[in-house]
Amino acid sequence: MTYLWAFLIGGAICSIGQILIDKTMLTPARILVMYVVLGVILGSFGVYEKLIDFAGAGATVPLTGFGNVLAKGVKEAVDKDGIVGIFTGGLTASSGGICAAILFGYLGALFARSKEK
Amino acid sequence: MNMSKKQYKKYVKTKVTKSPLFKNMIKAYITGGIICTAGQLLNDSYLYFGFAEEQAGTLTSITLVFLSAFLTSIGIYDKIAKHAGAGTLVPITGFANAVVSPAIEFKDEGYVLGVAANIFKIAGPVITYGVIASVVSGLIYYALG
Amino acid sequence: MQTIILNNKPRLVSCASIAGKKENDGNMSEFFDAIILDGRYGKKSWEEAESEMQKDAAFMVLHKTENKPEDISFIFGGDLLNQCMGTSFGITKLNIPFFGIYGACSTFCEGLILASMCVDGGYGKKVMCTSSSHFCSSERQFRFPLEYGGQRAPAAQWTVTAAGAALVSDSGGDISITAVTPGKVIDLGISDASNMGAAMAPAAIDTIKTHFKDRGLKNNYFDMVVTGDLGKFGYSIAKEKLKEEGVDLSNRFYDCGAMIYKEEQDAHAGGSGCGCCASVFSGYIFDMLKQGKIDRVLLVATGALMSTTSAYQGNSIPSVAHAVSIERVRK
Repeated sequence: MTYLWAFLIGGAICSIGQILIDKTMLTPARILVMYVVLGVILGSFGVYEKLIDFAGAGATVPLTGFGNVLAKGVKEAVDKDGIVGIFTGGLTASSGGICAAILFGYLGALFARSKEK
Repeated sequence: MNMSKKQYKKYVKTKVTKSPLFKNMIKAYITGGIICTAGQLLNDSYLYFGFAEEQAGTLTSITLVFLSAFLTSIGIYDKIAKHAGAGTLVPITGFANAVVSPAIEFKDEGYVLGVAANIFKIAGPVITYGVIASVVSGLIYYALG
Repeated sequence: MQTIILNNKPRLVSCASIAGKKENDGNMSEFFDAIILDGRYGKKSWEEAESEMQKDAAFMVLHKTENKPEDISFIFGGDLLNQCMGTSFGITKLNIPFFGIYGACSTFCEGLILASMCVDGGYGKKVMCTSSSHFCSSERQFRFPLEYGGQRAPAAQWTVTAAGAALVSDSGGDISITAVTPGKVIDLGISDASNMGAAMAPAAIDTIKTHFKDRGLKNNYFDMVVTGDLGKFGYSIAKEKLKEEGVDLSNRFYDCGAMIYKEEQDAHAGGSGCGCCASVFSGYIFDMLKQGKIDRVLLVATGALMSTTSAYQGNSIPSVAHAVSIERVRK
């Protein structure tokens, strides 16, 4: 059942992005920024966790989920470390994904060249 | 041509074919849905192999980033994305593609000023605004808590 | 008067074109002098490949006309890359005095105008003009990395991988540049970089209208009026508006960008770039002139003069169109 919800919710979040691509002049970078910030906002109100509870990866895999990780991380860090947590929480929680992107990006550049279309 | 900028813009709109929104949305829905379902499968597999919930989530992200980086490097991700649109843009794989593709493209300018300097050329704003938003949310949480 | 009549009738002696793989799969393949099947052309970067193409196009013209580099008075060349690096790095090997020019995709006609004026005025006996564009070098400068997963809008155009070169001389052959109309920069407020055809159409309309008016020509004077790279949509805008304003070109009106690719090649609205007009003219149109299938052509290359900086700063796209009238004259 989780798989069906992951497909349905994940697909829905993506197709909203398609409306933004086709109907507005927003560049992809702006759309991604909107998703992340929206994820942080929904995450800090605790709303996004509820979506994750039944949609699972359908909510965590889209970039709004990345925003939620940032918001959740900062909350936990503030609980643990107080004011310092405001600075450390977001990046600590999201470090896995960012580090992987940098590492695999670099490795990609080592082994691949851009290809003609 | 006797047309104001406004009139011309309006006229141009009537001449240009629009993107097939409905078709594009369906394609985005399906690809986005599949990527999320794959994420769910990965997540459940990591849980099955005994990882804690938090770790399984992080490992899922890392695996998806790796797969996207691999498909980007061999020149397939952009071919899927041409059809999938937001279906491959919005998931974390789209973020990874935005990091890996400039790294590969700017290899010609060297590993420091090319690869490293351009790696966040497209995805940098996502991290910048994500972090700033998290700091604001942390500040409010701290002040209220 | 905006149009300059060239009384000494400088001759367009020879042209050469070299194009990429996608262009070879398109409608114009049989007319190109050479094809590069590897986009890097054996070089280490896309930019160097573009330079090499432009150099080769220039050498092909020299070869065809049995000229040596030292026979050429000077060369007008340009491309889309920052500081015209595509041209200057290729032209180095020719050892010919060089003027770098930038008119975005209108560069080829800009070069033809300057070259023919120089010859007409007696400042040079043989003057060459070259221009080029490369899909891969343009993408990385103006848009996204090649491996980036983006979607193109229906009105987006595909930068042509090609180079063209032409030789203007005071004598030789019966094909002459009879009049030229340098265009004004026109901006009708289009800021969508994926709809450059619409941004450039007003400039093309203005230049074509001016050329007909200045010379007092009838609408059926030219066998072909060919715009550079308006693409499908820009072309239909220009055609419709020209008709409304009294210059009804009906089936004499063509666009290089709309002609170069086949529908199934997924190039959306068509080709663009300096190499588009340069290669289609040097290949197809010049061939038709030489074979006597047509006698009079008005070539109107169009250029969208935006930069990545101006686009980020939210400016609209100013455009220019330069017209060159090429006609058969008595020997």
